[in-house]
Amino acid sequence: MAEASLRMAPRPPGAVSALRERLFGSRRQGLLTVVAGFALAWVAWQLVRWAVLDAVGPGGTSQACAAASGACWAIVGEKWRLILFGTYPLEEQWRAMLASGLMLAGAALSGIPRLWSARLAAFWAVLLGLVLVLMAGGVAGLPEVGTNAWGGLPLTLILFCCTVTTGLPLAILLALGRRSDMPVVRAICVTLIEVIRGVPLIAVLFMASLIIPLFLPTDLTVDKLLRAQIGMTLFFGAYAAEVVRGGLQAIGTGQYDAADALGLGYWSKMRLVVLPQALTHVLPALMNDILRAFKNTTFVSIVGLFDILGATKTAIADPNWIKYAPEAYIFILVVFLLFCTAMSAYGQWLERRLEHADKL
Amino acid sequence: MIGRLLLGVAAATVAGGLSPPAAHAGPSLDAIRERGTLICGANGSRAGFSLVNSEGRWEGMDTDVCRAVATAILGDAEKVEFVKVTSQTRFPALQTGEVDMLAANVTWTLTRDAKLGVDFVAPVFYDGQGFMLPRALGVNSVDELDGATVCVLPGSTSEKVVNDVFRARGMTYTPVVIEDQKELNNAFFAGRCDAQIQSTSGLSASRATVAANPEDYVILGEVFGKDPMGPVVREDDADLRDIVGWSVYALQQAEEFGITSANVEEMAQSEDPEILTFLGATGDLGEALGLSPDWASTMIQTVGNYGEIYARSFGEQSPLQLERGLNALWTDGGLHYPPPFK
Repeated sequence: MAEASLRMAPRPPGAVSALRERLFGSRRQGLLTVVAGFALAWVAWQLVRWAVLDAVGPGGTSQACAAASGACWAIVGEKWRLILFGTYPLEEQWRAMLASGLMLAGAALSGIPRLWSARLAAFWAVLLGLVLVLMAGGVAGLPEVGTNAWGGLPLTLILFCCTVTTGLPLAILLALGRRSDMPVVRAICVTLIEVIRGVPLIAVLFMASLIIPLFLPTDLTVDKLLRAQIGMTLFFGAYAAEVVRGGLQAIGTGQYDAADALGLGYWSKMRLVVLPQALTHVLPALMNDILRAFKNTTFVSIVGLFDILGATKTAIADPNWIKYAPEAYIFILVVFLLFCTAMSAYGQWLERRLEHADKL
Repeated sequence: MIGRLLLGVAAATVAGGLSPPAAHAGPSLDAIRERGTLICGANGSRAGFSLVNSEGRWEGMDTDVCRAVATAILGDAEKVEFVKVTSQTRFPALQTGEVDMLAANVTWTLTRDAKLGVDFVAPVFYDGQGFMLPRALGVNSVDELDGATVCVLPGSTSEKVVNDVFRARGMTYTPVVIEDQKELNNAFFAGRCDAQIQSTSGLSASRATVAANPEDYVILGEVFGKDPMGPVVREDDADLRDIVGWSVYALQQAEEFGITSANVEEMAQSEDPEILTFLGATGDLGEALGLSPDWASTMIQTVGNYGEIYARSFGEQSPLQLERGLNALWTDGGLHYPPPFK
């Protein structure tokens, strides 16, 4: 609302004169503008000099980097393959690329509100199944590649997509369970949500990777990636459940009564009346959780999985390139920035669209 | 729907998902043969020991030991699956059966050997702990370090050594605990601590590669503790233990005989009966370990002997340029002394 009224406010006549008024309105303001302007220009110049003018491009060598005073983008040229695809076998790399492409396409399709239906869940089940088979191989003449060799972007995307696609349904169930009339169900959901929300993600992952296997019989090993994935799903589910619960609480009792009056059972009532409204209310907040889930994938590098961050850490352990770690980190910063900005821009678009729909 | 999703995830994680129980209780060796690959836990971020190169391939002395063992058991150096482990996760990974063996620069100690349900087999690298400081501090001995801040890696041998050294001298220190070796190096060279302690091999490596000016830093002459490092296996399989141990010894024995990856076929025509027995032309050494007769010759042909591995991991072919020192063969004044192959 506030934003809308701001947008409606009449623009002062003459943007240039307004700018001059603001920057050089008085002597002191003028002085401050000049000083700050010079400082900014100096910083910008240093940055350009470091990142562009004195830098060694991606085609360079580590020897050239040692001689140059600027950034060493040669590390990106040398290590991009390790950073983006981890230890996945070089000759099978097309599979990792294709898997990443499939997931990105799937994510883009899922962003179209017209396609939101129960079928989307089935679509993701099929897509992720396809991606996992493509990555693991062992069928249709594809050589088998163990999950230990998975890494980089595909691993990050798999973790992210699986977290969201399994975590969202879990969150809805937990949120419904927390508001259930059945005391046992309610107690289980409340305990699960509060315990998981009460510990850091790192603790959940360490639990999944170090402690759970000690409880299992020694001849039963559950894949490390699967264990980490379950930890991530639970963590996402517990947080998103509270967001969904907020949406549920915003639905007036009238809606429930109306659904009851129509003779709908519990699940039909939730599916047809309550959840569509509740989820629409909390979409922006859910987008926030989804964005965080993407960034949380980097935690798995701690339990020895080569996600983008883990692969980057490994890449910069090379003694020849160890000095140029900042450049490698800047590279993955750009990768993350691209993904997260895209998601956040989409979230804003969605919000505007919903605001518009509200007014109709 | 959720059930289907979870099922999809579980079903498609086929490769390593839920593996079936081993045929017999205990024998890890059976499991390796059945699976057709050796699963080896390695660090992946320790120059010289194990690193992942730009193509995503594991390299370093630890990974070559794994390849040697894979060659001995499966006849193929490439039938190794590497799992990244850290100093916190390496023992649980071995204990829970996630990996068949560790080659993760683990120091052999009594407590670890006795209490963790694991067996240390044969040292492949002898190291010790040392202190490095900026030369400008003018410190020449550990005795002058009272009140220093020391950068140290958590859960490592050095964390214990620094504690013992200072306590024995009645001195105090402030530990700066940093999880990651690279971050630790950065912190030290940025002046966040007065001294850093780690293995002397690690110190010389970080001085050569991270320091802006290596001349500005001094490694104190006092070396503390013994750091014999080598592969680790579970206690439940004596056969695997033997094979891992004798694989390491075979690498060293090959160097002692002068057998390299280049001349192994030539050496098979040797007049020396000991070499012929070693390479499997005569005798039944392979059979005694349950391996093929030519296990050692295949191993040397594909992986190289200990000297070749050292040269490309730590020595003249690597950026570390580390002298052989304690890691020379006993015949050259070092500690590596492979027992007789007969």
